[in-house]
Amino acid sequence: MDLRLSGAEATAEERAAVDALLDPLLGPRAADDRAGPDSGHEARGRRHLLLPALHAVSDAVGTLTEGALNHVATRLSVPPADVYGVATFYAMFTVEPRAPRVVHVCDDIACGEELVAPLTAALGPEGEGEDVCWVRSPCLGLCERAPAVMFQLAGEPDFSHAPARPDDVVAAARGSATVAGAGTAADADVAFADPGVSVPQTRSPRGETLKLLRRIGVVDPASLDDYRAHGGYEALRRAVELGSSRVVQELKDSSLTGRGGAAFPTGVKWDGVAAAPVRPHYLVCNADESEPGTFKDRVLMEHDPFGLVEAMTIAGWATGCERGYLYIRGEYPLATRRLTHAIEEARRRGYLGEDVMGEGFTFDIELRRGAGAYICGEETALLNSIEGFRGEPRNKPPFPSVSGLFGKPTVINNVETLYNVLQVLDIGGPTFASIGGERSTGTKLFCVSGAVATPGVYEVDFGTTLRELLTLAGGLRGELRTILLGGAAGGFVMPDQLDVVLTLEGAREIGATLGSGVVLAFDTDADLVATLRRIAAFFRDESCGQCVPCRVGTVRQEEALARLERGAPIGDRETELALLDDLARVMRDASICGLGQTAPAALQSALTLQLLSAPPDPSTNGHRKVTT
Amino acid sequence: MFGAGGGTSAYVEAEDADLLVLWGSNARETHPIFFHHVLQGLRKGTRMYSVDPRRTSTARWADGWLGLDVGTDIALANAVGREIIHADLVNHAFVERATTGFDEYARTVEPYTLERASQITGVDAALIKELAHAYARADRAQICWTLGITEHHNAADYVFALINLALLTGHVGRYGSGLVPLRGQNNVQGGGDMGSIPAKLPGGYDLGDDEARARFETTWGTSISPKAGMHLSQMFEAMEAGTLTALYCIGENPAESEANATHTRHMLEGLDHLVVQDIFRTATADLADVVLPAAADWCEYEGTVTNSERRVQRVRKAIDPPGQAWPDTHIICAIADRLGHDWGRPTAEQVWDELRSLSLNWHQGMSYARLEEHGGLQWPCPTLDHPGTPLMHARLWADDPAEIGTLAPFTTVEHVPPVDALDEDFPIRLTTVRLLDAYNSGVQTGGYSSPMRRREALRIDRDDAQRLGIADGEKVRVVSRRGSVEAPVAYDPSLRPGLASFTPHFSEEVDTNVLTNDAWDPKSGTSEFKATAIRIEKLDDSATGGARLPAAGN
Repeated sequence: MDLRLSGAEATAEERAAVDALLDPLLGPRAADDRAGPDSGHEARGRRHLLLPALHAVSDAVGTLTEGALNHVATRLSVPPADVYGVATFYAMFTVEPRAPRVVHVCDDIACGEELVAPLTAALGPEGEGEDVCWVRSPCLGLCERAPAVMFQLAGEPDFSHAPARPDDVVAAARGSATVAGAGTAADADVAFADPGVSVPQTRSPRGETLKLLRRIGVVDPASLDDYRAHGGYEALRRAVELGSSRVVQELKDSSLTGRGGAAFPTGVKWDGVAAAPVRPHYLVCNADESEPGTFKDRVLMEHDPFGLVEAMTIAGWATGCERGYLYIRGEYPLATRRLTHAIEEARRRGYLGEDVMGEGFTFDIELRRGAGAYICGEETALLNSIEGFRGEPRNKPPFPSVSGLFGKPTVINNVETLYNVLQVLDIGGPTFASIGGERSTGTKLFCVSGAVATPGVYEVDFGTTLRELLTLAGGLRGELRTILLGGAAGGFVMPDQLDVVLTLEGAREIGATLGSGVVLAFDTDADLVATLRRIAAFFRDESCGQCVPCRVGTVRQEEALARLERGAPIGDRETELALLDDLARVMRDASICGLGQTAPAALQSALTLQLLSAPPDPSTNGHRKVTT
Repeated sequence: MFGAGGGTSAYVEAEDADLLVLWGSNARETHPIFFHHVLQGLRKGTRMYSVDPRRTSTARWADGWLGLDVGTDIALANAVGREIIHADLVNHAFVERATTGFDEYARTVEPYTLERASQITGVDAALIKELAHAYARADRAQICWTLGITEHHNAADYVFALINLALLTGHVGRYGSGLVPLRGQNNVQGGGDMGSIPAKLPGGYDLGDDEARARFETTWGTSISPKAGMHLSQMFEAMEAGTLTALYCIGENPAESEANATHTRHMLEGLDHLVVQDIFRTATADLADVVLPAAADWCEYEGTVTNSERRVQRVRKAIDPPGQAWPDTHIICAIADRLGHDWGRPTAEQVWDELRSLSLNWHQGMSYARLEEHGGLQWPCPTLDHPGTPLMHARLWADDPAEIGTLAPFTTVEHVPPVDALDEDFPIRLTTVRLLDAYNSGVQTGGYSSPMRRREALRIDRDDAQRLGIADGEKVRVVSRRGSVEAPVAYDPSLRPGLASFTPHFSEEVDTNVLTNDAWDPKSGTSEFKATAIRIEKLDDSATGGARLPAAGN
C-alpha cells in the first residue's frame, strides 16, 4: 500500500518492541525498502496484527507516539490514519503523553468512589503526573474483592490488585511497594491464589454440586498433568469417539444456550458453521467479559485455564475450524498469563497443533488481548477488533456463522458456554437437559456482589430462586433496597420478587433478564442515584459512536437523569420521563447493536420501580468497607 | 486495437478480473478513477503485478513488482511470451481459431530466454517466469498500460508486444480479460474519435476508406484528401524544413509539453503566423501572434467527452465563461465565417447529431436523450436500440468463422534500446513521471495549491546521489545531449540505481523538456519522453551560496 506518513520516526525502543513481536511472524524487515514484500495481498493481510503491535508499544513504553504509530503503519501496511483510529479507540491506549506508570481505578457500581479522594490527594488529579498517574476505569471484573485497581506499568507486566487500600496502591504505583500482594505482577498473582475468595463454594465444606467450577481450587492452573489427573481431556477423547456430528447432536439434545447474554442455542450455532461450505471456518472465544458486575469468566480462566483450551479444541474440531481466537479483555492480566501458559503447554504436549492428541486433526489457539473497550464484547465488534479495525459492530445479517472473522463462517462462544460443553460431553446431552428446563438447562454461574455477606461466583442449577442464591451467598447485609439483575444492561428486582426462579423464562416473567449473571444487591443506605448516574455515564463512554441513536441517545439520557437528580427538569418531571421513554424506544429500535438497544434498560427499570429518590444520607454501595 | 482505436474492456471488469498487469502505468496516481475499480478488485482478491522502472504507488499495491530498465519492455514481453509457449500454457483453442502469425511469433520470441531477458531488463528471471505463469494461468487477466509504453521511439511496437501476450493466452474478448490502454485525460479517446488523428476521419474511419470519405464529403460539401495529414512530430519537422509556416494551436501547449523544448520554441518562433486558442495564457500563447481566449468546455459549455472505456458522456454548462472567452466551436465557426463560409452558430447537440449521421458504426445510436438516460454509452453503438458495447472483440470467440471475421494478427517485434544511449558522458537514465495532483505542463493544475505538492526536484536513488557526493536537497545541473537545467536533488526510494526522474508539471521551476529527446515513433508520432540520457554535475558552491533546499519529507 502506498502509505503517506508524517516525518515522525519511532525511537529505538519503540521499534524494538514492535519488531520483537512482528519479526518472528513476518520474517525480519527487508533492509531495502525497494524490495517487494511490503506490498500486495500478503502485506495487506497483516492488518490483524495491528492491535497486538499497539499493545507491544504500549507495554514497553506507555504512550503511543506518532513515530511509533508510523512504524506500526509501515510494518503492517495499514494507513496511518487507520492506525490512529484504532489506537484512539481503546481506553488502555493513549496517544497523548501520559505517565508511564498508570493505575486504573475501578469506580464502577460495585467499587464506587472510595479510592478516588485518597488517590487524588496522593497522586494529584486524574491523568496528571510525570511518572505516575491514576485514571478512572469501568468495571475491572473484581467485584467480589472491591475496590479494585489495575496497574499498567511500562516495561513491566500488568497486574490487578483488590481489595485495594490507597496506601498500597500509591506505594505500588511509585514502585516502592513492599506490601505483599501489591508490589509486582508476581506478588499480585500470589494474592489471587486462594480460590475461596472468588468462589466461596470451594471453601470447606466444599459444595458437592459444583460442575463448571468443579476443578476450581482443586487443580494447579499451571499444570497440564494435574489437569489431566482431574479428568482433563476426557471430554475431547469422548468427542473424538462420538464423531463430530454426534457431538453437535449431543449439544442440541442438551438444549445448552449461550451464556453471553443472547441465549442462542449452542448446538444450532455449531451445526450452522459445521455445515457451511465456505472454508476456512474460525472459532472465536469471547472472553471480553466487561459487563459491570460480571467476573465469572475471569474466575474460570484464572483457576481452570486448561478447561477452556480443551473446550475450544472440541468446538474447533466439531465445527471444522483449524484456528481459534481467544479474545480476552485487557483488564484481565492474570487470566491472560495463565491462558497463555496453558496454550503453550498444550501446544508443547501435542494437545494443540497439527496432530492434536494423535487424532490427526489440526487446531491451534491464538490469544488476543483487548485494550479496554466494552463494545468489543459485542460479537461483531470483537471480530473487527481482531481484524485490526476499530471495534465497531457490524450490521447483522450476515451473521457470523455465515460471514464472520475475515468474512468466513465463524463460531463465537462465550467462556462459560464453552465450559458447559465439557459438562455436556461428560454427562451426555439428555442428562444435561434434565437439569432445569426449556431453554434454561444445566447449571448457571452468578456473580453475586454488593450487600451480601459473601460475594463471589456461585454455581446453581437452573431453577434455583433468587432468595436461595442470596442465602447461599451468606444472606444480605443490611436491609435490602433492590437487586440489579443482569448487569448494566439488565434491570432491578425488588425485595418482594425474591422468589423469582432464576431461568431465562422466570426472569422474563417479571420483566427482568439474567443477562451475564450479575446479582448486585443494594441495601437501603446505597446511593442508587449515583449508581444509575454511573451506569448512564458508562454507556455514554462506551458507545462506539458509530450509530446516531446510541451515540446521541446515551448522552441525552445521562443529561435527563442529571436534571431529574438535581430536581431541575426541563418542563416538569413527567416531560423528562416521557423524553427518556422516547429515547429508550428509539435506541432499542434503531441502534445497530445490543449496546444501544439495552443502554436504557436499567434506567427505565429504575424509573418504573420508582428507585430514583435518593436516601437522605447516602453511603457507599453496600460492598464491604475496607478498613485502613 | 484489431482495427478499432480503443480499449477492449469496461472499467468495471477490473473489479472481476483475477489478475491485473499494470504495465508502464502508475494508475494509482495518474488514473485515480480507474484505480478505484482496481481497488475494488484487489479487495475481492484480484492479484496485481506492476511492471515499471520505478517502485510507484501502484507497485506498492501490487503482489509483484518487475522493476525493469527503461526501454526494455519488449524484451520482457517477448520473454514472457516465450515462457508461456515453453511451459505449454498457450491457449491453443483461441490461437487457432482467432489469430494469425503464431508460428512466426514463436520463432521471433525464441531467442528471448528468461536469462537473456533478465540481462536486458534487469529483472530477476524467476520474477519474469512468475508473471508469465500467473498471466497465462489466470482465468481472467487484463494488461493495462499508459505512457510508460507509449512514450518511446518505437511505442507502437511496445503495444504490439503486449497485444501478442493477450492473443497467446486468449485474454481478450471475454469479460474480465482484456487490453486496457488508459488515456491521459478524460477526453483523449474522444479527441481521437472525432478525427484529430491525422489518418482518421471522425468515427474511426480510415482516410483511405472511399465509401466513408464520400459520405463525409457529401455532408460537408467539400473534398477530402485520402492522404493522411501530419501529426505533431511531423509538423515540427515540416517547420524545420520551412514547409509549414502557420500554426493554429487549440488547447495545446507545445512550447512546454514537447520533447527537446529549446528546439521546439525555436521552431515556433520561426513561424510566419501562430494562433493559440486556450483557456489560459500558456507559454505557447506568449509566442503567438493571435491569442483566442476559449471557454472551459467542461463547465462553461455543452458537449460530450469519451473516456478510456469508450464511454461517451454528456458535459453540461454550469457557469458563463469569463470576459471575452468563447466556446471552441463558436470561435471556429466565427473564423470560418471570416474565411467566407457561413457555418452559422450550431449548438453542441447539432454538432453531435451531424457526427452521428456520419459515424454510423460507433456513434449513430447515441442521441443526447439516450446518453442522458443511460449515464453514457460505450461505442460501438450503431442504432438507437443498441445498448452500447462494454466489451469488444467477443467475436473472436465465436464458433462460426464468419462471425469471427478478421483474425487478430500476432505482430512480431524486437527489442530496440532507447535512441538516447547511456555512455560515460551521460550515464544516468532520466525518465519523466506524473503526479496525482498535477497535469502535463501544469496549465490546468499549476494555478491551484495542493497539500501533496512538492517542489520539483531531480528524484534519484540515494546511493547514486551519495556516490556523486550530492546531498539531499542540493541543487545540481542536469545535462542531456540537448540541453541542461538546474534543479535540486531529492532522494527517492522508488527509484532504482541508475534511474532519475523529473515531472513535466512545473516548467517554471524546472524546464524538463529542454532535456528530453524528440526522437519519435514513426507509427504513432509520439516522442521518446521516457528515456533520456543525462549526467549530473555539481554546481560551484559559491555560485549558489551553498543553499540547500529542505530534504524530502520534512
